[in-house]
Amino acid sequence: MTERGRKALLLAPAGIWLLVMLALPLLVVFVFSFGERGAAGGYVPAFTLEQYANLPARWTAFKNTLILAPLGTIAALVIAYPLAYFLAVRCSPKWRTSLLILVIVPFWTSILIRSYAWIFILGGRGLPALLESIGIDDIRLINTPLAVLVGIVYGYLPLMVFPIFVSLDKLDKRLLEASADLGSTPWRTFRQVTLPLSVPGIATGCMLVFILLMGEFLIPAILGGGKVFFVGNALVDLFLQSRNWAYGSAVAMTLVVVMLVTVSIYMKFISRLGGQREDVSLM
Amino acid sequence: MRLYAICVYLFLYIPIGIIALFSFNAGRHASQFMGFSTQWYGKALNNPFVMDALETSLLAAFITACLASTLGTMAAIALQGVKGWLRTLFDAMIYIAIMIPGIVIGIATLIALVTVFGWLNPLLASLWPDGANPPQLSMGMPTLVAAHTMFTMALVIIIVRARLSGMDRALMEASADLFATPWGTFRQVTLPLIAPAILAGFLLSFTFSFDDFIIAFFVAGSETTLPIYIFSSIRRGVTPEINAIGTMVMGASLLLLVAAQLLLRRGASKSNN
Repeated sequence: MTERGRKALLLAPAGIWLLVMLALPLLVVFVFSFGERGAAGGYVPAFTLEQYANLPARWTAFKNTLILAPLGTIAALVIAYPLAYFLAVRCSPKWRTSLLILVIVPFWTSILIRSYAWIFILGGRGLPALLESIGIDDIRLINTPLAVLVGIVYGYLPLMVFPIFVSLDKLDKRLLEASADLGSTPWRTFRQVTLPLSVPGIATGCMLVFILLMGEFLIPAILGGGKVFFVGNALVDLFLQSRNWAYGSAVAMTLVVVMLVTVSIYMKFISRLGGQREDVSLM
Repeated sequence: MRLYAICVYLFLYIPIGIIALFSFNAGRHASQFMGFSTQWYGKALNNPFVMDALETSLLAAFITACLASTLGTMAAIALQGVKGWLRTLFDAMIYIAIMIPGIVIGIATLIALVTVFGWLNPLLASLWPDGANPPQLSMGMPTLVAAHTMFTMALVIIIVRARLSGMDRALMEASADLFATPWGTFRQVTLPLIAPAILAGFLLSFTFSFDDFIIAFFVAGSETTLPIYIFSSIRRGVTPEINAIGTMVMGASLLLLVAAQLLLRRGASKSNN
């Protein structure tokens, strides 16, 4: 058999699989988003922009997603950065690997069960009961945006810590010493040396978390109790309850487009930041 | 600084710890710990719904992991040195598979397959001889495995490709110069070197498929996987039984992860020597 033939044979199953199970379904969503809803649900072929015109009906879901996804990303960044810094710069190498693994392990266990744990903590008989015993009454935590935010940060923190750790770990520690030798205060060293050099890690972490948050369904479903819902929850509702495939497809397409646009704007912004840093280092 | 780190670790592990602790609660109530008992583990393991869901999840995860690691490895090997449109197409599809939210993949797969089955079923019926029962295509285990395999195969391709690119190509060339057949080179040189990556890919695929809720929710049809069972139980309220199931699931994924990590690391140190 020729080299070409062998390669084709090896590639064919994966290629066909990806085409049938990924490209075809996404194409179907694209086509259906221009269709109409059947009388009994489902889809009737048509070419109309009606579904897209109806998008404002689901504005709340988009609004929640577009507020809580960036907010959750920033909150995760704020909590993750000091930990990544500690692991990469301050922590003794003896402990580093074990501590790092301890951060990553939760991410690979079921997010369903980890979110469920917060029902326990934030629910009526958890934290609110504890607060009541010290005199703070009438705190509702579960089914609020705050609960969803806590769930988000909890769920995606490991994903934020890891890339920042990698970029801080690669950083040449002699730069920090040089900066200190030249009379910089620790804070100034951090602001002018450490922070700029960890921008790639911050960028990667934020992007990973943001992308996952845009399509989130489970955390709002479990901790938002139908009061705080994302586009993902709207999609489940549209496809499984009201069986409005055409409109659901339009919502899904919009979600993907919004996600791609936000991410590409963000990448441009980050590469501009990176570009500036390059200029400085050239001097 | 150290205090801060401890606080973050507490934040990460207290919720998991609470679940594990309350799974051993002797009492029914979620809020009070009434003493140690393993009764909920017994209840969970004797619940036929739980065991059915567990069986479905394990079967789907196992088939998914086998398919994904085999097909993904084949593709990763063949993609070496491939350029042009074919490379672009594969890279684009892998990128899209990872980028697109699971929920969009889930609904897209659902409506695409339901539509295709809607066309195929009458066709199959007309092709089948009279009197015989024509097969009915519907959502279920095969579609669940197909959807999970799509995503995890993309992961395996990335993992194995990274391993291959870190490998010394001279080894393969030397093998070819010494008149090994391509199959011989693969079996005796390439495979042993990438085996840890393939195994890690297998374990990650298994864990993903076993833990996945959102894609399964749409494409599993009438099958109930363990995450689907847990999700619907959570909606009915917190029970010690779910705590026990959750603790077992987390323990099992932890074991698999540790195994995957060890394999990846062993592979890395082997190739460095």
